[in-house]
Amino acid sequence: MNYLCLVYLSKDNWSSCPDSDCFAFAQKIQESGHMIAAQALQPIESATTVRVRNGQVSLTDGPFAETKEQLAGFYLIEAVDLNEAIYWASKIPPAKYGSIEVRPIRQLNV
Amino acid sequence: MNVQEIVEKLYREDSRRIFATLIRLLGDIDLAEESMHDAFKLAMKQWPLEGIPDKPFAWLVSTARFRGIDRIRRERRVTSLDQLEETAAAISDPSPEVSMDPVVPDDQLRLIFICCHPALSSDAQVALTMREVCGLTTEEIANAFLASTPTIAQRIVRAKAKIRDAKIPYQIPSQSELPARLASVLRVIYLVFNEGYSPSSGALVTRGDLSQEAIRLTRWLLQLLPVPEVSGLLALMLLHESRREARSDDAGNLVPLDEQDRGRWNVELMTEGTFLVRQSLASGGVGPYALQAAISAIHADAKSASDTDWNQIVGFYDLLVQLVPTPIVELNRAVAVAMRDGPLSGLALIDNLLELEELQRYHLAHAARADLCRRLGHNDEALVSYQHALDLTQQEPERRFLQNRMDQLLSSSS
Repeated sequence: MNYLCLVYLSKDNWSSCPDSDCFAFAQKIQESGHMIAAQALQPIESATTVRVRNGQVSLTDGPFAETKEQLAGFYLIEAVDLNEAIYWASKIPPAKYGSIEVRPIRQLNV
Repeated sequence: MNVQEIVEKLYREDSRRIFATLIRLLGDIDLAEESMHDAFKLAMKQWPLEGIPDKPFAWLVSTARFRGIDRIRRERRVTSLDQLEETAAAISDPSPEVSMDPVVPDDQLRLIFICCHPALSSDAQVALTMREVCGLTTEEIANAFLASTPTIAQRIVRAKAKIRDAKIPYQIPSQSELPARLASVLRVIYLVFNEGYSPSSGALVTRGDLSQEAIRLTRWLLQLLPVPEVSGLLALMLLHESRREARSDDAGNLVPLDEQDRGRWNVELMTEGTFLVRQSLASGGVGPYALQAAISAIHADAKSASDTDWNQIVGFYDLLVQLVPTPIVELNRAVAVAMRDGPLSGLALIDNLLELEELQRYHLAHAARADLCRRLGHNDEALVSYQHALDLTQQEPERRFLQNRMDQLLSSSS
């Protein structure tokens, strides 16, 4: 089963977690065989929200929702079950500064 | 007993154990429930004609399992025929434990650990545990928690969907996870107990059915998982429960601990609770429940409120504050200090604690302050605090109790 671990950080903590920690963790989870993909994101000021309504594309500057904690990055991981996914999510370094949302990946029903 | 009565008895006493095993065999909670009901229905039909099987229990498990596989074949939308056959084959592969002894106690532990999984919301954990582990109906749970049946039903459906979609495993936590996971199970049980012992709203002082259910569940858990913290919780609940009768008078009014008729305390429950707490402490179980039980056992030991060993109680609270450093534990400690050193010492501590927002919204903090002011003869201050407490509680007996105290103060000062 695949899980997406979304890393959320508040503005105050956006740069609190050293990149070197994240890099070291990425190597560790890669070696464990649980990693599928991971990326860090640019700050929310660079975000654009795209919507299509009645065939018209509309753009909004900024993220979808202005919440206190913003999406800062993600890990797409493979785990046997939610317990294992939670185990790996708890090891993601920014978990100490912000929060990690763990979302199961849904298979398309085709 | 006729056949129907035997089937009903099996259902009452064993259906939860059968259900727990079927979840493991079939890999799905809803499927396990439906298949189990199929098997019981079939038993009702077949046993009167063909006689009761030698091992009714094993018969029910294996019949339900085959019914479950049939249901998968009939109902499940699967992408390919191969996959379907594979699923059915995997499930129908008889493992040795099924043919020998169909019920593994571990299955019941798996069931309670999945219902109390911390990835589910606290409300959902409680509702799911009452439904799946205790076997209460959705209506019974709704009545017990004064919620509407659709609300509880939706909570349970959502929780089961999360278990399935997020793939919460049906397993007993590993040794390293066990303490944290057990804490979440015990918290759910204690919530259920407390809702029965001092309901957060409503007309009654206590709702015994929920407390009984929590105690029954803990006894059962203790058999499966004999660790000190479980016996600590059981001790705590038994000691609380021993005072149920004395906690309200004939008119349904709340009677505080120091005014209770100790002759109405249930000696049997007190003795068992005290024995369990000693055992728990002796085997190194100095967890939060065992400590609270120890405090309760000191009350049980005292012939009157004034005879109580408050020094020892404060000592246990000191330990408890270290383990559970919450404002509510601090508040209880402050009340014990007031009993040991006099109301003035307690009042200083409580006034400090009332700086915290969390306690400002907690009616018992104001009630405790009011009580100390009353004992000091500071009647005006006491009235203000009683009023605060009154504004913050929805529980009718507590409201009457606070109102009575206010009336007494008003009549004594006029």
